[in-house]
Amino acid sequence: MREITYAEAVREGLSQRMREDSDVFVLGEDIGVYGGAFGVTRGMIEEFGPERIRNTPISEAAITGAAVGAALTGMKPVLELQFSDFITIAMDQLVNQAAKVRYMYGGKGHVPMVVRTPSGSGTGAAAQHSQSLEAWVAHIPGLKVVQPSTAYDAKGLLKAAMEDPNPVIFYEHKVLYKSKSDVPEEEYTIPLGKADVKKEGTDVTIIATAIMVHKALEAAEELEKRGISVEVVDPRTLVPLDEETIIASVSKTGRVIIVHEAVKRGGFGGEIAGVIAESEAFDYLDAPIRRLGALPIPVPYNPVLEKAMIPQVEDIIKAVEETMRGA
Amino acid sequence: MTDWAGRQSDEVVKDWLRQMHLIRFFDEKVDEFFAKGMIHGTTHLCVGQEASAVGACAPLKDDDMITSTHRGHGHCIAKGAEPDRMMAELFGRVTGYCKGKGGSMHIADVDKGNLGANGIVGGGIPLAVGAALTSQMKKQGKVAVCFFGDGATNEGSFHESLNLASIWKLPVVFVCENNQYGMSGPVKDMVNIEDIADRGASYGIPGRVVDGNNLLEMADVMEEAVMQARSGSGPVLIEAKTYRWKGHSKSDAKKYRTREEEKDWRTNKDPIKRFEEWLLEEGRITKEEAETIRQSALDEINRAVEFAENSEEPSMDTILEDVYA
Repeated sequence: MREITYAEAVREGLSQRMREDSDVFVLGEDIGVYGGAFGVTRGMIEEFGPERIRNTPISEAAITGAAVGAALTGMKPVLELQFSDFITIAMDQLVNQAAKVRYMYGGKGHVPMVVRTPSGSGTGAAAQHSQSLEAWVAHIPGLKVVQPSTAYDAKGLLKAAMEDPNPVIFYEHKVLYKSKSDVPEEEYTIPLGKADVKKEGTDVTIIATAIMVHKALEAAEELEKRGISVEVVDPRTLVPLDEETIIASVSKTGRVIIVHEAVKRGGFGGEIAGVIAESEAFDYLDAPIRRLGALPIPVPYNPVLEKAMIPQVEDIIKAVEETMRGA
Repeated sequence: MTDWAGRQSDEVVKDWLRQMHLIRFFDEKVDEFFAKGMIHGTTHLCVGQEASAVGACAPLKDDDMITSTHRGHGHCIAKGAEPDRMMAELFGRVTGYCKGKGGSMHIADVDKGNLGANGIVGGGIPLAVGAALTSQMKKQGKVAVCFFGDGATNEGSFHESLNLASIWKLPVVFVCENNQYGMSGPVKDMVNIEDIADRGASYGIPGRVVDGNNLLEMADVMEEAVMQARSGSGPVLIEAKTYRWKGHSKSDAKKYRTREEEKDWRTNKDPIKRFEEWLLEEGRITKEEAETIRQSALDEINRAVEFAENSEEPSMDTILEDVYA
């Protein structure tokens, strides 16, 4: 199998769907000849033309709402929000419109749209271009939330998102865009709501999302050398959440660390911790549930501070060792 | 003026009268029920604004689309909604348009082109733009009519949407019903221009001011706008000057205006009375026919109430219906 990057996987997944389904189109800021701020749609306007790779003005409220309206009337829009921080400007249309329509209209009306948006820090883009706000949307009944951590997952999850009759917020991690993995050329689907055990282990479970999956795997490798067998679970989608896989893993290992890049306070890790605490896995816990997340600060510009804000491999190793000691 | 409205058949013009009566009786009945505590929640009535709703929908085809507002009962009826299912929705009954889960501010009938009323001021404007985009991309020839009030034109979504619709030449007609008042005061406190229609100029969109209480004028201007939108020449912004007879919502002391002003609008600018007078003057209708139309509309609303009252409440096992995430 060939290796391609995460960005290429997203582009390939999008292009393959667009070749098969003429209702699918992409809209967003600078996605045309520029190819999008991160180059994800590069070359697509040449293949699909400006009707279906639709460059928009800088109007997040209107383009998000237009995507909702188009979805409600028979199209399958994929909206690229240039940075996930800009979701703040699109919130009314996502939260009060897209998420509500189906239930509020008594089941008449579907909103088959995908919002693709790059999140995360690590690029020196500072406080307004580096956030991880996935917990905001995960809190809203009516929005599905996806966070792929690999190129393989990105392509398969994107297909599921594009085929879903409901609104899906699809978080791409901007630092992962250049990461590579084996990705089949043909289309394939990874169903939403299916976690992936990225590495099996017996002593402790690390539940990690997005870029933290890679940091957790790196930590696990080091910990193996120190005699600790780590299981790494990637939920892949926050809504729906594969509670079964999480509970099974924690029941097996009896110890759990939850790691995400988002600010720890009010982060989705609290929800995962709650799911575990309320489940039968609680009876198997040999140590308190640990959460690692970002400090509660705006993302700083300085690279040393920026890095210090979010959990690093060493932090995960330390947390695992403390958990193993029962500290 | 094209006099398109005046050239319509007797059958059509009489139906416009019927629709206006339906809207008025519907909202007056709702007003009564709220006062009696028979309906819970809140509601926003469009009594006095019947001509802008009926006139705006007059030139529409069945498969054209609308988006509406929190003050949307009139738009629904003008787009062909059944008053019984609307009333059932206000009663929270399972036979309502949203199975009792939406209420007054969310009545929708997507399959019939009513993309929904909206509780967020300005929230429906981008949706109409998106619906028009679908029509353009699928070459459906449909037009989206986007209703909103004067207050919504101070929202960012209004400005962003007009610009977007203009650059893409989308088949959408923006209809601002300027009923002169927000929740607590006059529009002139919040907008520093005389005509909201002028706001179209910023986006290269023609703006037209219409007497929103004159059904014929409203329908004529709409017909032109709908033609333009349908032909691919892009959107139009229409400002219908009208007047909300009732308060903002169910509890409004209307401290911001005088009873004399209200009386003047009710007596001298009643859109239903004006249209009826025109019909009589033109010999399009007899007094007896006018009375029959009025009475049959009232009967229909009374039947709607009966239908709503006799409908079932949603059962508890529907609470998780239509939930997917």
